[in-house]
Amino acid sequence: MITPRRLFLAAPGLLLLPRAAHATAEAMAEAVRGFTGGAPVTRGRVTLDISPLVENGNTVPLSVVVDSPMTAADHVRAIAVFNERNPQPHVITAQLGPRAGRAMLATHMRLATSQRLLAVASLSDGSFWSDEAQVVVTLAACIEG
Amino acid sequence: MARVLINVPRTAARGEVITIRTLIQHLMETGYRPDANGVVAPRDIIRRFTCRYDGEVVFQAELSPAIAANPFLSFTTVATRSGVVEMSWEGDNGFAQTETRDLTVT
Repeated sequence: MITPRRLFLAAPGLLLLPRAAHATAEAMAEAVRGFTGGAPVTRGRVTLDISPLVENGNTVPLSVVVDSPMTAADHVRAIAVFNERNPQPHVITAQLGPRAGRAMLATHMRLATSQRLLAVASLSDGSFWSDEAQVVVTLAACIEG
Repeated sequence: MARVLINVPRTAARGEVITIRTLIQHLMETGYRPDANGVVAPRDIIRRFTCRYDGEVVFQAELSPAIAANPFLSFTTVATRSGVVEMSWEGDNGFAQTETRDLTVT
């Protein structure tokens, strides 16, 4: 028989229930599929530059550069960055075109924990290219309190 | 009005690739962070950034809560002709701000 007192005693256990508070490898793959529309992604042409050892996950500089002539016939249409273990797998999606001159994007992101990052570029010929980086974080961003 | 730091060159040669750097003051509340009372603060982030130059969108970005507070963005564009570079930010709770910088192309 469950008495209110028993419920009360069980309460601390409820706090230990796993929270669906971070993305997973599957969630990241799903987010990448949302960006590519299921098209195959080839490793290469993209350079994701981020420090491999991060002291403070609250502000982590990263940059993405894609090897592309950026002409009207051959340019990068979009660059997206995904993560594996933040609460949401998506970081940023940038739309660019031949007017950009260079396929380059830099920003500062949050990292909830040590994890793998993936940058994907969408090219005007319909192909997708990527680069990934493994990052170790010593002080996590206060995303989960 | 949020404070902004924008770095656009004042002058550029025609055809030159210029780098634009922007930073805007914003908390970028993730929507996952409990406050001092244990209540999760609702999400309040900048969702979209757009840069228009010479009558065309040259760069656009969609941001997630994974972007750090005071979002920084750096990108490039080709200097085509003298005109206004217009940068606008849109976000939750009706956040909207637009800044312009003049660019002289020689």
